[in-house]
Amino acid sequence: MKQKVVVLNSRDNVATALVSLRAGDILELEAGGETRTVKLTGDVPFGHKFSLFEIEPDSPVIKYGEVIGLATAMINTGDYVHIHNLVSARGRGDLKGGKG
Amino acid sequence: MSFLGYRRPNDAVGVRNHIGIISTTVCATDLALWISQRVHGTAPFLHSQGCCQTKPDLETVTRTLISLGCNPNLAGVLVVGLGCESIVADEVANGIARSGKPVAKILAQKLGGIMGALAEGVRIAQDMVSKASQIKREEFPDSELVIGVKCGASDTTSGLVSNPVAGATFDLLLDQGGTCVFGETTEFMGAEHILARRAATPEIAQRIIKSVADIEQRVNAMGCDMRGGQPAGGNIRGGLSTIEEKSLGAIVKSGTRTINGFYEYGERVDGKGLFIVDSPGREPEILTALAAAGVQVILFSTGLGAPQGFPFVPIIKLTGNPNTYQGLSDYIDIFIDIENSTIVQAGQELYQEALRVASGKQTKAEIINYGCFPNILTVGPII
Repeated sequence: MKQKVVVLNSRDNVATALVSLRAGDILELEAGGETRTVKLTGDVPFGHKFSLFEIEPDSPVIKYGEVIGLATAMINTGDYVHIHNLVSARGRGDLKGGKG
Repeated sequence: MSFLGYRRPNDAVGVRNHIGIISTTVCATDLALWISQRVHGTAPFLHSQGCCQTKPDLETVTRTLISLGCNPNLAGVLVVGLGCESIVADEVANGIARSGKPVAKILAQKLGGIMGALAEGVRIAQDMVSKASQIKREEFPDSELVIGVKCGASDTTSGLVSNPVAGATFDLLLDQGGTCVFGETTEFMGAEHILARRAATPEIAQRIIKSVADIEQRVNAMGCDMRGGQPAGGNIRGGLSTIEEKSLGAIVKSGTRTINGFYEYGERVDGKGLFIVDSPGREPEILTALAAAGVQVILFSTGLGAPQGFPFVPIIKLTGNPNTYQGLSDYIDIFIDIENSTIVQAGQELYQEALRVASGKQTKAEIINYGCFPNILTVGPII
């Protein structure tokens, strides 16, 4: 059967959809060193991400075992994660005192 | 394993046998294009730089043009200038001539204008092609292969499939004693610490970190969030939310081996191993940087489907996105069906394809001659 999602590193708090997923889909996957069941709260298109755990605002979102940005709002388990709730910390000339 | 290539006078090995028609400046671009269109067997390098720029940029343009002319895929070079431009055509021609290959130069202002220069340029190029056509391919070990990699129009499949496959191919070639080159320092941002750990020396590690800090500073000086430019809108629609996420997927295309050197934009790499050339992510500038570095073949990993070729370097397009391959099969060469293969197996197949292309197999972009308008990176104002 076609693999529906991938978790790239055991430290990750998001997974990537390998097929388009729908709100209410229930996924069983390995995350944080254990098998977890995650129910999606929203649609997740092919190639996009959803959360495996609760992520507090301003906390790091982790993929490939590395920080890919910070949460801009409370992210609940199973939420779609993209530019509406995740923001880059790099190349931010719009922020006074931004890195670099 | 081995491939069939062309031996050059300085013992470099080419995999194509074009005569390069290299324009020194924007004012000579049409002339260089016309000469190239008249003479079968030539490849033009056209760009919009070369005059009314600051000294560091002019030095970059000169260095890049010389390095491009030295690329072993060119059997000879005709340098085409106007005459009054900032770039000194003689400096470019003499720099290329040090590689031992035949080089000629024409200036439109010295040849009675565009038509006079066109006639003279065609005559010279015709003679050069005739001589080059007598050079025969010979067998070389794959340690003589020099491959570049680039990823463009990325989506999530780039980081999960096509970039890791390109990286596996790099590892295979490096283990055979060959040479690999990558760049796109903008897309190290958020992943530079991982690359720095692979540097052969602390100096190389520092240059990796500094190159990213420099580009980030230039971006921030514009006073805006770079999102939309990096990641581009298409990247974001493809599922990449941030530059960090894009970078972490992008650096995988460089494989896993030690990084042996770091070069400035437009420099030729020296020796064998894995090298970085400092360059941005946009195709016209990075492909030029790879060609200037001396690569013979470029692997181009794409998710959404970038079309570019390069005038004298074959580019192999690969994607792990089935929709992209089905929809854009006129310019995507390879689909990696990851459901029926592993990254390592696909890397081995791509390695074989690189050897076939090096030996003369034409890529799709070469066949439709797409990619005639590259550019040279400059960072200062036009003055």
